Amino acid sequence: MATVTYDGASRIYPGTERPAVDKLNIDIADGEFLVMVGPSGCGKSTSLRMLAGLEDIDDGAIWVGDRDVTHVQPKDRDIAMVFQSYALYPHMSVADNMGFALKIAKIDKSEIRSRVEDAAKILDLTEYLDRKPKALSGGQRQRVAMGRAIVRQPQVFLMDEPLSNLDAKLRVQTRTQIAALQRRLGTTTVYVTHDQTEALTMGDRIAVLKDGVLQQVGTPRDMYDTPKNVFVAGFIGSPAMNLGTYQVFDGQAQVGRAKVTLTRDAIAQLKADDKNHVVLGFRPESLDRAAPNAEGAIPIEVDIVEELGSDAFVYGSIPNEFGESKDLHFAAGDSQVVVRIDPRDVPAKGDTIWVTIRGGEQHVFSAATGDRLNAPTIHQDAIVK
Amino acid sequence: MPLHINGAGHPEFMTLPWSLPLEQWPTDQIAALPRGISRHVVRFVKLADKVVAIKETNATIAEREFVMLRELQRLGAPGVVPLAVVSGRTNALGEPLEAALITEHLQFSLPYRSLFSQALREETTTRFVDALAVLLVRLHLLGFYWGDVSLSNALFRRDAAEFTAYLVDAETGDLHAALSEGQRSYDTEIARMNIIGELMDLEAQGHLEDTVDPMAIADRLQERYDELWEALTQTATYTSNIPLRIANRVKELNELGFDVSEMDMRETDDGEALVMRAKVVDAGHHARRLMRLTGLDVQENQARRLLNDLDEYRMLVSHPSEDEGYSAHQWLMKVFEPTVRAVPREFRKKLEPAQVFHEVLDHRWFLAEAADHDVAMPVAVASYVKNVLPNRPDEQSVLGTPASELNAAEMTADLPALTAEVEARSQETPIFEGDNTGAWGGAIDDEDSAADADDAPSSAPTVTRQSTKREPPAHKVPGSERD
Ligand SMILES: Nc1ncnc2c1ncn2[C@@H]1O[C@H](COP(=O)(O)OP(=O)(O)OP(=O)(O)O)[C@@H](O)[C@H]1O
Ligand SMILES: Nc1ncnc2c1ncn2[C@@H]1O[C@H](COP(=O)(O)OP(=O)(O)OP(=O)(O)O)[C@@H](O)[C@H]1O
Ligand SMILES: [Mg+2]
Ligand SMILES: [Mg+2]
Repeated sequence: MATVTYDGASRIYPGTERPAVDKLNIDIADGEFLVMVGPSGCGKSTSLRMLAGLEDIDDGAIWVGDRDVTHVQPKDRDIAMVFQSYALYPHMSVADNMGFALKIAKIDKSEIRSRVEDAAKILDLTEYLDRKPKALSGGQRQRVAMGRAIVRQPQVFLMDEPLSNLDAKLRVQTRTQIAALQRRLGTTTVYVTHDQTEALTMGDRIAVLKDGVLQQVGTPRDMYDTPKNVFVAGFIGSPAMNLGTYQVFDGQAQVGRAKVTLTRDAIAQLKADDKNHVVLGFRPESLDRAAPNAEGAIPIEVDIVEELGSDAFVYGSIPNEFGESKDLHFAAGDSQVVVRIDPRDVPAKGDTIWVTIRGGEQHVFSAATGDRLNAPTIHQDAIVK
Repeated sequence: MPLHINGAGHPEFMTLPWSLPLEQWPTDQIAALPRGISRHVVRFVKLADKVVAIKETNATIAEREFVMLRELQRLGAPGVVPLAVVSGRTNALGEPLEAALITEHLQFSLPYRSLFSQALREETTTRFVDALAVLLVRLHLLGFYWGDVSLSNALFRRDAAEFTAYLVDAETGDLHAALSEGQRSYDTEIARMNIIGELMDLEAQGHLEDTVDPMAIADRLQERYDELWEALTQTATYTSNIPLRIANRVKELNELGFDVSEMDMRETDDGEALVMRAKVVDAGHHARRLMRLTGLDVQENQARRLLNDLDEYRMLVSHPSEDEGYSAHQWLMKVFEPTVRAVPREFRKKLEPAQVFHEVLDHRWFLAEAADHDVAMPVAVASYVKNVLPNRPDEQSVLGTPASELNAAEMTADLPALTAEVEARSQETPIFEGDNTGAWGGAIDDEDSAADADDAPSSAPTVTRQSTKREPPAHKVPGSERD
């Protein structure tokens, strides 16, 4: 087992100008499950392949434990790409299917047997060890394939979108299994996905990338509560955070007809470049219903109500008769606002509801740079979806 | 989502029973041809004019593999030809079924597994592995990272005394401008693992001779790969006699079967020497030359063999000073075509014409050795047809009969009679002039009506002339798994 360090690691593909991965710095702890996430083309697969040794590192270095592996061949890095190929050999027992790679490595028989038995225990395959793969269910076969990687006892597991080809139900199941397995094995794991829900539910920490640049690394809680910039704020969470650019008067953001008081630390950070504007973010679940025209309350015209049993969401818009706010939406769709409401008190389409942002759940970003302006908020009860 | 077929516009695709899982398709539509091991359901389906391979998999994978195979085809990589992706399938109850990838069945192809109903000899195994090494080098030169190199994911065709490997499973692959060292070394590492696994599996099944060591075979792949890669990509520095050295380098590459289509030459800073590297090399040097001369479209080693015979013909029968194209035409008409035509219809599914020609050349050599005198080509063919083809146990029609197993004495005793017969026949049968199809001719026969009873062995085959493309009939590989 080992730590992994990206030390200013860059990859510039031949014939391109912009690095696909730009000075990546991440320290991954021994035994940690780190998820790299970001939209298509952000450089997450490239980052993983750099660690695997499949992609040259043009600048910087990568370390596994105390070894600089920047110029080490893939097979000598002691890293296993899981799910790469999981051919099962029909005439070999499950035990032999799991252990044959060790035979190649000239590991002695009793050691192979004990590693295979250990892996089988973890994978719930003990009673099948002497059977042929044909006698196994689909899920069990997949676990045998995982077993092949596990018995090698690599320092690091790498997985690149291993669930992308499964249907939705199996995806959720397998997601839980992989996370549980990793925790039992305690092997440092780097996992790539474009799906932020997968990232939030699986990772000890998450690294968000965009255009080859690391945006933020942190626990799911950090990412959710204190996104460092507008991009992370909009990317993490489902439904996405509501984000809009609003003008600031006297420490208050003019949100439609409403005036929302901003935290003092945020106001203090405003620069000339921001031209008295901020990007204000609030999660759908950070809003409380309020009386019409209550202080700081934002009116929302209801377009659609989505009822999900335990939850209900209002999709609406902020009426904007002043016209001075230019909306800048990152994920929530055109000037749309999403509000989670009590499913027992559901408004009708066309109604206007009033909501206030719960204390400490404002996210204020610079209109010029997109960087976070207000200090981390500390609270306990926000819900990670 | 309604049924959606994207790709080659083949009217028959629409009529296939897409609402049934592939496993349940009626057997009369299925061609019983051998396959390698796979996770997905793969079956061969007979259409009016071709056999296709259908693989059931999810839509994303099918689409990706389709695009990848098409791209590889465009780059001239040896691989199966993608035809279409079928998505939006539902069964009678309206429940969704998996998508399907349709590829053209690679004719005369041999998944390595189909050859092991008896123990596999070391020599055969190494020929497979050598072919795989060549394929891997070719793919890597094109910037293709395979990600799942294995004997199962390649198909093999006899190619004179060797095999040529074709890519069949591109699911895990990726195209890059150029591959990094890491990608190449990881691909060969995966190949080693997979080959060892596959051979150990054969071992467990009792289908591998005891003397074959899976690890040694896997190491051989690495060695062959490294040798060929080095030979093709090395940088050479020349200080004198430069034009000759360059010509020699090109010839060297030609002999390896490659043409140099782009050369990178730089003077060293001191201007004393020339640094040279072949920048772009294309496989198929001999195949291209033969195609240019005769219109025959055959594999590289077959082409080598045919060209040798052609060159010999030019030296001995035609005239060295004769125009090359003219002698080639003469050779085609007088040597190649009569030879392959002498093979009766019922044996034509066993081998490609060029492969038959190669074997007849071998046989002729064998006869000449045994009889201690030259044997004319028509006599050699007659002897081959009489003594080799029919008596071959089925799977050896695929693997080749080692000469040592033939009875030389009997066959030598045969020669005078055969010679007389051939001479008598050549008076009656006209030569089919100008047919340069190099093919058996005709459309795909039904798998189950292998030998038409009313087709006398010596009757002339139908010959089509429209194209120079090979379009041989479906090849029935005996000993195959039956659906
Ligand atoms: N072999 C290559 N040659 C040139 N550019 C490449 C290559 N591979 C990736 N890129 C580019 O590098 C950037 C990062 O690609 P990468 O595959 O790492 O992204 P990703 O986040 O994994 O995306 P996806 O989710 O689509 O897989 C993209 O702009 C991509 O187009
Ligand atoms: N076009 C074709 N022509 C001839 N044989 C084919 C063709 N396509 C597939 N096959 C046969 O079917 C087998 C399985 O195909 P393929 O490898 O694509 O399936 P797969 O399920 O993706 O395999 P894997 O388990 O390696 O992912 C091959 O080994 C080959 O023998
Ligand atoms: Mg395959
Ligand atoms: Mg596959």
